[in-house]
Amino acid sequence: MNNATRPNSGLDGFASNEERTQHIASTLKRRRSKETRFRFMGILAVALSIGLVGILFGSILAKGIPSFWQATFVLDVDFSPELVKLESPKPVKEPNESPARYEERVNEWANQLNFINWNKLLLESVAKVLPESTENPRAVLEMFASSTRFDLRNMVIENPDIIGKTERLDLVASANVDVWIKGNIDRSLPDNQQQISADARKWADQLYAEGVIENMFSTVLFTNSDSRSSPATAGLLGAFVGSLMMMVVVILLAVPVGVAAAVYLEEFAPQNKFTDFIEVNINNLAAVPSIVFGLLGASVFIIMLNLPMSAPVVGGLVLSLMTLPTVIIATRASLKAIPPSIREGALALGASRVQAITDHVLPLARPGILTATIIGVAQALGETAPLLLIGMSAFVANVPSTPLDPSTALPVQIFLWNGNELRNFFEGRTSAAIIVLLVLMLTLNSLAIWLRKKFEIRW
Amino acid sequence: MNSLIIPVILLILAGFAYQVGLRSSLKAASKAPDVYMHSRPSYHGWLAMLRAALPALVVYLLWHFFGSSIINPMVIETLPAAQVPEGSLERDALMQRLLNLATGFGVADEAPDWQVAGSAYMAQLYSYGRTITFALMATVAAIGLFTSWRNTTPQTRARNKVERFITIALFACSGVAVLTTLGIVLSMLGEAINFFSYIKPADFFFGTTWNPRFATTDTESQSGFGLLPLLSGTLLIALIAMLVATPLGLMTAVFTSEYASDRVRSIVKPLVEVLAGIPTIVYGFFALVTIGPFLNALGAMVGLEIRATSALTAGVVMGIMIIPFVSSLSDDIITQVPRAMRDGSLALGGTKSETILKIILPAALPGIVGALLLGVSRAIGETMIVVLAAGNRPVLTANPFEAVSTVTVSIVNQLTGDQDFASPQSLVAFALGLTLFVMTLVLNVIALVVVRRYREQYE
Repeated sequence: MNNATRPNSGLDGFASNEERTQHIASTLKRRRSKETRFRFMGILAVALSIGLVGILFGSILAKGIPSFWQATFVLDVDFSPELVKLESPKPVKEPNESPARYEERVNEWANQLNFINWNKLLLESVAKVLPESTENPRAVLEMFASSTRFDLRNMVIENPDIIGKTERLDLVASANVDVWIKGNIDRSLPDNQQQISADARKWADQLYAEGVIENMFSTVLFTNSDSRSSPATAGLLGAFVGSLMMMVVVILLAVPVGVAAAVYLEEFAPQNKFTDFIEVNINNLAAVPSIVFGLLGASVFIIMLNLPMSAPVVGGLVLSLMTLPTVIIATRASLKAIPPSIREGALALGASRVQAITDHVLPLARPGILTATIIGVAQALGETAPLLLIGMSAFVANVPSTPLDPSTALPVQIFLWNGNELRNFFEGRTSAAIIVLLVLMLTLNSLAIWLRKKFEIRW
Repeated sequence: MNSLIIPVILLILAGFAYQVGLRSSLKAASKAPDVYMHSRPSYHGWLAMLRAALPALVVYLLWHFFGSSIINPMVIETLPAAQVPEGSLERDALMQRLLNLATGFGVADEAPDWQVAGSAYMAQLYSYGRTITFALMATVAAIGLFTSWRNTTPQTRARNKVERFITIALFACSGVAVLTTLGIVLSMLGEAINFFSYIKPADFFFGTTWNPRFATTDTESQSGFGLLPLLSGTLLIALIAMLVATPLGLMTAVFTSEYASDRVRSIVKPLVEVLAGIPTIVYGFFALVTIGPFLNALGAMVGLEIRATSALTAGVVMGIMIIPFVSSLSDDIITQVPRAMRDGSLALGGTKSETILKIILPAALPGIVGALLLGVSRAIGETMIVVLAAGNRPVLTANPFEAVSTVTVSIVNQLTGDQDFASPQSLVAFALGLTLFVMTLVLNVIALVVVRRYREQYE
C-alpha cells in the first residue's frame, strides 16, 4: 500500500495507525468488488468450457440420432415363379464334399439368378399399394437403395423355397428418399435442383403417409460395410472390424513393451545420462504430433519394409508406436504410487529385486496398468491423421478377414463420409458414426475412471 | 510353407527345454540331499528354455531377415551380365520376379530362359539355406539343452542368470522409445535429403508460393514448393487457438484449484477432461458443421465477411480442444505452489484474487509458460481440424477470416492418393514433416525443461 504522495512518516507511508486503517477501509470496497469480478470470471470460464462440451455433444446428437432411423419400405414382395425362374434346384451338399467345392457349385448355380429382373419384383410389389406407379417405373426404382436387388437375390440363394411365396420385407429406401422424408433438403427447391424426380417425391410422401415407408431403426449401419453404389446401405462394420484389429495389435505390442519400459525406468534404471536421455525421449515422443508417426509409418513400413498399404497390421504398428509413450507414462505413475515399503519388505525377506517386482509391485500396480492400457487404446482408437498417410483412407467395401487385408478405421470412415458429395444424407450418417465412436471412447474412458476409483489404494 | 510352423516348433522347443531344466534341477537336488539349491526349480527351467529356444530364435530371425541379401548376390553372379540392370530399384524388382518364379507363385508374362534358370538356382539356394538354418537351429538348441542337462548342480546360479536376462529385456523395451525417435529423424531426414536433391533448400524454406503440381517435371512447377504460406497459416491458427485456450484454460484451472469446493471440483474436472478424450476428427466435423456456419452468420451480422472454413474457424475449435490440456497442466502446477506462500499472503490481508494474481500466478509462471508451450506444440501439429475446417488455400495472409492451409494439411494432401513415393511432390511431405518435427521438438524440449526446473524448485 505504498503511496508516494503521502508524507513518509511511517514505514509504509502512513502517519498513524488510524490513517492506515482508514486507507485500508476505503480501498476495501474496490478490492472486494475486484475479488467478486475475478471469481465471476473463473465461473464464466468454467461455464464456457462446459457449455462448449454441451454444444459439441448437442449439435452432434441432434444431427446424428435421427440418422439411426432410416426410411424403409415395408412391402409384400411376391417371389412369383414366372419372374424368378430357376432351371435347376440348389445343389445339396454331398456327404464327403469339401466346403470349398460345395461353395463353388452353389456359386455356379447362383449365376443363373443374375439374369433375373429383380426390379420387376420391386415394381410389382409397389404397384400393389400404389396402382398409378406403373406409369413411371423409373421413379419407383429411384426410391429403392440400389443394393435392394442384391438383397432379394441373396434371399433366394439362401432359401430357394421362397419362390412362389409372398414375403413381407423391410427394404431400405434410397438415400434421396430418406433425405426428402426427413426434410433434410429444401422442399421448395425447383425440380432441376431436386435429387429425385417429382413423381418419386410425391409417391414417397404418399407412401410415408400410408405407412408403407416407415422410419425404421437402421440395422444396415451396423451390419454393412461402406458402399459407393448404394449410399443408403453404407455401414460401419468394415471400419469397426479394422479398428478392432488395430486395437488388438496395440494391446499386443504397445502394452507389454510399454509396461516393461516403465518397470525398467521406474525400478531398475540407474541415475545416469542415458536414463535421462531415454526419459526426455519418451516425454518428447508423447508430444510429437501424431501425423509424424504417420510419416514414420509411410517411410519405414510402406517404403522400406514393403508392407501392404491400408492394412490394419501396419496401422496397428503405427498406432502402437504412437501410444507407447502414453502407456509408459501412465504405468510409471501407477508404479510410483506404490510405496517403497512394499519393495523393501519383500527385499528384507530375501526376495531378489526381480522377485519383489513380479510378485509384489506388479500385482499391486495391476489396476494402474489396466488404466494405462485403456487410456492408450482409447487414444489409438480416436486417431485419424497417421492412418491417412498409410493408405487407410482408401475406399474398402469388404470386411477385412485378416490383418493384412485392406481396411479402414472408424475415425477414417468418419472422415471419408464427411467428404461424400451426397452431403444431405451423409452429414447425418457421419454424425451417427461419430456417436458410435464417441460411445466407444466414453465407455473406455469411464471404464478407466471406474477402475481407478474401484481399485485405488490409499497408502 | 506355412509361416506358423516355425513359431509352433519354437514354442514346443521352449516348453520341452523348460521341463528338461526343471527335471535336471530336481535330479541334482535328489543326488545331493544335504546341499541347499541356489535357485528354485522353476528358475532352472527358465534358464534351460532361454539357453535352448533363444539362440534358435536368433538363428531363425537372422535367416529370415538376411537370407535374401546373402542369396541375391550369388544369384546375380550367375545371371548373364547384360541382363542385370544398373539401378538398385530395377535390380530389386528383378529379384522379386525371380523369387516369384522360384516359389511357384508365378509371373504375369512368359519368363525368358535366363530368368527361369536363375530362379531355379535361387530356389536351390533357398532350399540349401533353409536346411542349413534348420540344422543350425537344431544344433544350438541341442547344445543349450545339453548344457542345462549336464551342468545343473545345486550351485548353479540359475535365478541370477534369468533375472539378468529379464533386466536386459526390460532395458531393451525402454530403448524402443529411443529407436522410435531415431527412426523418425533418420527416415524423415533421408526422404527430405532426397527431396532437396530436386528442390533447393532455400527455395523450400523461403519460397512464398505453394503449388506442387503433380505429374510435371518441368522447371517452372518447381518454384511452387515454398514453405512460408503454410508456415504462416500454421502459426496464425496456433495463435488464434492459444488466444482462445489460454484465458479459458487458465481461468478454469484457477477456479478449480483455488475457488471450487471439493464437490464442484470433482464434477467440473472430469467434465472438462471429457473434451480431452474427444477424437480430433470429431472436432473437425464440429468446426465444419457448427462453428463455421455460426461464425459466418455472426460475421454477416456485423458486416464482416468470414468464410465458413477459415483460419478463425479452425483456430477457435482448436482452442476448444486445447482448453483441457492447458487447464489440467496448469491445475497441477498451481497446486504445487507451496501452501506457505498462499497462507502468507492471506495472513497479510490479501484477498483471494490478489493472492492468486500477485503471488501464486507469478510463482507458477514458469510452469504455466511450459504448459502453454506444450499447448502451442499441440496446435502446430494438429491435423484433422485444419484438414476439415481451415479451407486448404495456401496463401500468405494474416487475415484470420480467410481460408488458409497448414503444414499438416499439406502433408496429408501430398501423401494421400495414388502417387509415386519417389516424386518430389510426395517427398516434400517428409521435408514438411521434418520441419514440423523440429518445431515441435524445440517447443517440447523448452517446455519440458521449464516445467522440470519449476517442479524441482518447489520439491
